Amino acid sequence: MSSTTDHGAGTDGTPGTPPSTDDARSDRLEWRLTIERLSSYWLLGAGLFAIALFGLIVLTLVQQSIPIVSEHSLLEMVTSSNWDPAQEEFGFLPAIVGTIYVTVLSMAMGTPIAILAAIYIAEYAEGRTKMIVSSFIDVLAAIPSVIFGLVGLIVVVPFVGDYLAPALGAHSIGLGIVTVSLVMAIIVTPFMISLSVESLEALPDELRESSLGVGATKWETIRSVLLRAAGPGIFSAILLGFGRVFGATIVPAMLIGGQTAIPDNPFDAGETLPTLIVNDFGELMSLPLTQSALILVGLILLVIVWLFNFGAMLVRRRLKRRWQY
Amino acid sequence: MDRYTEQRLFGLLARASAALIVGVLALVVGVTLYRGGRVFLTDPAVAITPPGSRYMLDGGGGFLHAVLGSLFIVVPATVIAMVLSLSTAIYLQSDYSSERTSEVINMFLNVLWGTPPIVYGVFVLTVIIAVGAQTSLIFGVIAIAIFQYPIMTRYADEALKATPDTVKEASYGLGATRFETARVTVRAALPGVIAGIIMGFARGIGDAATVLFTAGRSTQMPGGPFDPATTLPILIFEQAASFNAEVRSHAYAASFVLIVAVLALIVVSKLLAGRYARFAPGGRQS
Repeated sequence: MSSTTDHGAGTDGTPGTPPSTDDARSDRLEWRLTIERLSSYWLLGAGLFAIALFGLIVLTLVQQSIPIVSEHSLLEMVTSSNWDPAQEEFGFLPAIVGTIYVTVLSMAMGTPIAILAAIYIAEYAEGRTKMIVSSFIDVLAAIPSVIFGLVGLIVVVPFVGDYLAPALGAHSIGLGIVTVSLVMAIIVTPFMISLSVESLEALPDELRESSLGVGATKWETIRSVLLRAAGPGIFSAILLGFGRVFGATIVPAMLIGGQTAIPDNPFDAGETLPTLIVNDFGELMSLPLTQSALILVGLILLVIVWLFNFGAMLVRRRLKRRWQY
Repeated sequence: MDRYTEQRLFGLLARASAALIVGVLALVVGVTLYRGGRVFLTDPAVAITPPGSRYMLDGGGGFLHAVLGSLFIVVPATVIAMVLSLSTAIYLQSDYSSERTSEVINMFLNVLWGTPPIVYGVFVLTVIIAVGAQTSLIFGVIAIAIFQYPIMTRYADEALKATPDTVKEASYGLGATRFETARVTVRAALPGVIAGIIMGFARGIGDAATVLFTAGRSTQMPGGPFDPATTLPILIFEQAASFNAEVRSHAYAASFVLIVAVLALIVVSKLLAGRYARFAPGGRQS
């Protein structure tokens, strides 16, 4: 950034200044303005890139899933439980049931823990402890999911197969929906915690003070005032968590056991929509219809995650309005 | 239950939940370091030995191909994603776009941010089939760059937004153009921007779903940008459940390498952010 050459900006051709420096000044200005113009085109392009990328992904997926949709009706595929690409049978129902099982189970386990841990970080922890615990949460969020899958194979699979399933009177080989849900519940908490902590900490201290001032205990303050005021933020965190579990691929593919039938109970092996894509990848190249079916699965994932995100955004927008106490 | 018992109970539950999560983190890191370290530390050469000819069957050789593949895919991808995401983040500031425009773009970025990595994988694979190419290193780069782009944009945007307005005002006051001002703003936001880039790198190096279909899962040394390659996460994913104990042990060793790399990146990101924060206006910690 040069500040010395800038004085010439508005005084082009002023009588009295030597013509040579004047030219140099206006050249310099022209150069700066050219850079400014060129960079603004580039930046505009970069800004629109986000939209273009999204549009391109949606268009490609839609265009590639047309063959399968014109062959079999969407309703038929969603309600049929027979998945056999070799026989051109594309029933998504087992995968849909598996996905719902995994999503509901892991959110049911993960959400209360995440909210309580967020309350701890935002309201109870102080100073060093708070810093350490919240940076641990950051680390947990950054650990690759394939490592969770590996640890799941080493620790959770024997735990479920040898202890949890027999204790609940079920039979399990260890791989299955419950195993995936246990691991996914852990993976999804850091996202929910950091978003919930953010919305709890954004609340003004007057809320806490006035609630405590009228005689509420700390927990009553949290339960009846803070959670309610931060409610939309926490709710949108939960929705984003749903989206995460829903689209998780690697952990389910490693731990669910891959079985294309509707699971009888949560300890059964199963299939989720993303694992359908992973497991049938080999056939993807050879059979055009299978390829189209799997791309349709990708499109379904995208649309549903988009709905979750959209819901989260609406909720957050409400939050902005609610902030005016 | 009277209110004080309830208060104690939930206070305890909140502490227990936080402890549970910290405990699980310790378990995950501990198990990986222990099981992987036992293999890796007795024979560190597996990480720098090329794989044997029947690697997936007998685990002969090492997994240098995956280490190199990870680097050759994630480093260029991070550079591409960095340039794009920083530009987008600059565009999102009020100088270039109206509030309405940046809101719309942010909405799309949020959707991209939440998109499952497998969808990016399917998308790039579809493109590969459409152009008639084969799965290769270069498409792995593209897939990872697409995956990192929304993550890094979010970090950069937050960092730029958090710079004090006075920086911008002072720059405009000296007669600087928008682009020159953007450079000053980026410099002021550098800690956050760098932390974002490193986090993007860490996410990219750990992701398997995007490259599973696009990089080509080869079991040979990567030859060139148009040859199939593999990465550490793919290797772990494929070998973790192998029946051959030798092949399986390589997955453990690879996970050791991967988790050490990711943890080191996080530490470096935190340190750099703290270090550069001293030079940022207001000494903001990111």
